[in-house]
Amino acid sequence: MATETVTLEGHIIDSLILAKVLDTILQRSGTFTINRMHVGATREDASSAAIAVHADSPQRLAAILHAIQPHGAVVEHAADCTVEPAPKDGVLPDSFYATSHLRTQIRLNHQWLDVDAIEMDVAIRVTMDPPAARTVPMAEVKAGDLIVTGRTGVRVFPLERPKERDAFAFMAADVSSERPHHAMIADVARRMWLIRDHRQKARTSGGDSGPGDKVLFVGGPAIIHAGGREALSWLIESGFIHVLFCGNALAAHDMEAGLFGTSLGYGLRAGCAMPHGHEHHLRTINRVRNAGSLTRAVESGLIRDGVIASCVRRNVDMVLAGSIRDDGPLPDVITDTRQAQTAMRAALPGVGLALLVATTLHAIATGNCLPAKVPTVCVDINPAVPTKLSDRGSFQSIGLVMDAASFLRQLAQALGWRE
Amino acid sequence: MTRFLVCPPDHFGIQYEINPWMRLSNAVDKDASRAQWRTLARVLEQDAGAKLERMTPVPGLPDLVFTANAGVVYDGTAVISRFRHRERRGEEEHFASWFREHGYRVLRLDEECYFEGAGDVLGFSDTWFTGYRQRSDIKAHRVLSDVYGKEILPLELVTSRFYHLDTCFCPLSNGELLYYPAAFDTYAQTAIADRVDAQRRLVVPHAEAARFACNAVCAGCHVVLPSGCPETTAMLKDRGYTLHPVDLDQFLKSGGSAKCLTLALD
Repeated sequence: MATETVTLEGHIIDSLILAKVLDTILQRSGTFTINRMHVGATREDASSAAIAVHADSPQRLAAILHAIQPHGAVVEHAADCTVEPAPKDGVLPDSFYATSHLRTQIRLNHQWLDVDAIEMDVAIRVTMDPPAARTVPMAEVKAGDLIVTGRTGVRVFPLERPKERDAFAFMAADVSSERPHHAMIADVARRMWLIRDHRQKARTSGGDSGPGDKVLFVGGPAIIHAGGREALSWLIESGFIHVLFCGNALAAHDMEAGLFGTSLGYGLRAGCAMPHGHEHHLRTINRVRNAGSLTRAVESGLIRDGVIASCVRRNVDMVLAGSIRDDGPLPDVITDTRQAQTAMRAALPGVGLALLVATTLHAIATGNCLPAKVPTVCVDINPAVPTKLSDRGSFQSIGLVMDAASFLRQLAQALGWRE
Repeated sequence: MTRFLVCPPDHFGIQYEINPWMRLSNAVDKDASRAQWRTLARVLEQDAGAKLERMTPVPGLPDLVFTANAGVVYDGTAVISRFRHRERRGEEEHFASWFREHGYRVLRLDEECYFEGAGDVLGFSDTWFTGYRQRSDIKAHRVLSDVYGKEILPLELVTSRFYHLDTCFCPLSNGELLYYPAAFDTYAQTAIADRVDAQRRLVVPHAEAARFACNAVCAGCHVVLPSGCPETTAMLKDRGYTLHPVDLDQFLKSGGSAKCLTLALD
């Protein structure tokens, strides 16, 4: 999508010049957004409008601008962005531009370019031949990389309201424990159904699945403790989840449940602490370490059911990021946080829906990497978690204050699961 | 008394082609043109009671005679034209000098901002209309609005034969509008209809529009217009105007008539 902003000034309303310019944009297959409008208070006062003109190609945009300029539309003077070389590895120029997670463009060689892989709180690295721009985390920058500095020649697009009139139509980081959940869960289920349907059709026709055709699930161990394991496993087995982010604990307790019927030592059926149950997750981790990897643990028959087994069977892309308090950890857990961030970023392209369930730190880490356009649902029994997520900038997330297992059961039931 | 700036046609002729009316092969009869111009001047002064200010003609500037394109004058300030065609740009300094010498505040627009004076600016006391797309740029009219503090409604001219607003649009002193709608796009026609009610809009038939019936000079109750426009004449008589048809065929060869040959100074 190519965009340029024009201004129109004068007695543009009664002369119908504004109407003519807007009609001309539409007649030439463009669209517009009126960014600013000032209407003169008296007949003598002039009016003005700033209009963002959008077209599906630079050529079509140029044709539209050519057609509206004789009617007084003036392309707003836009300067190229400024760039400076990074002074050393892992260090940005002092005045680097810090990104938001909204769609962003930079102007380079008189042309607006989309910044690829947009996410918040990183910098923009520019390459000249061919001209391109992509986000770069501070730690990954190399000495001499050209980094966008200042704010000149950078523009950020407001979040477009989704076409669907569902719970995501007004993404506004609402968090409330007093809102009926079933309607929102039904909307989440409908989106998951559509994504799976689209992927299946793409596979049948031999084509690639499109952008936004992946569901990301980010989960914490409370899912297992609270009894959401079966529902989550069913969602994965049924092809509704395509990427899993978690830590050591979710995987460890999921496999502990498979091997010992406990989660952190509590019997999932009996609902009470089992003798020596506190050892179960350590024995689980040890056995999986012996197997060598999560995949080998499943393929060898050690782990037969549950979340991890379903992920392995369904080829779900898993990123397990470790923390300082982890036992073990399990093989496949990435203990270097920078490597973990890189692995998470690599799994994000194509994500069209993110479910962040019963985890604080993984939810915020994921929210930091997600573009604002990805519908995001944060489920936690503690209202502080979705609130914290939105406070950290993920304003597009919708918060559901409820028990993780109840959420997963209701979601799975809405998609056809029968307990 | 209405004052007009005029320029005798001593050097008038067709020396280039910058509008569809002009043909180098269609030479001007110099004696006839001078006679027609003298008749126009006499009618304006003696019949219509106007006062004429005469500029000195300049060799090599055949269209200096069309003083409507000198600029726009209001309240002691003259904004001088910036001609789209280089053939007429030599006139700009002469017009500017005349206004300076006669005590007007003279303003110039930026280069590349084309503006052809009162030929593209006409109106009633509260609202001015401007023609754009053929000769003047719409952005020039935005500047005029700032300079004069007037509401200015730009109208798109869509026909090269009616290349200035004054070739197809003539506001009259009692509030009527003489005009030729086909010279405008539909937005402009709607904007005109919104400001001038149907009873006051007098539509000129095509054949008479082609004789530049709209290129008329209105001074009080007197209207001076090219001869050969009987329907227009009858319409205006019905409205109580005193009509003064003048044969200006030699000037029509160059794409001008009564209005183009005058510039109202007050």
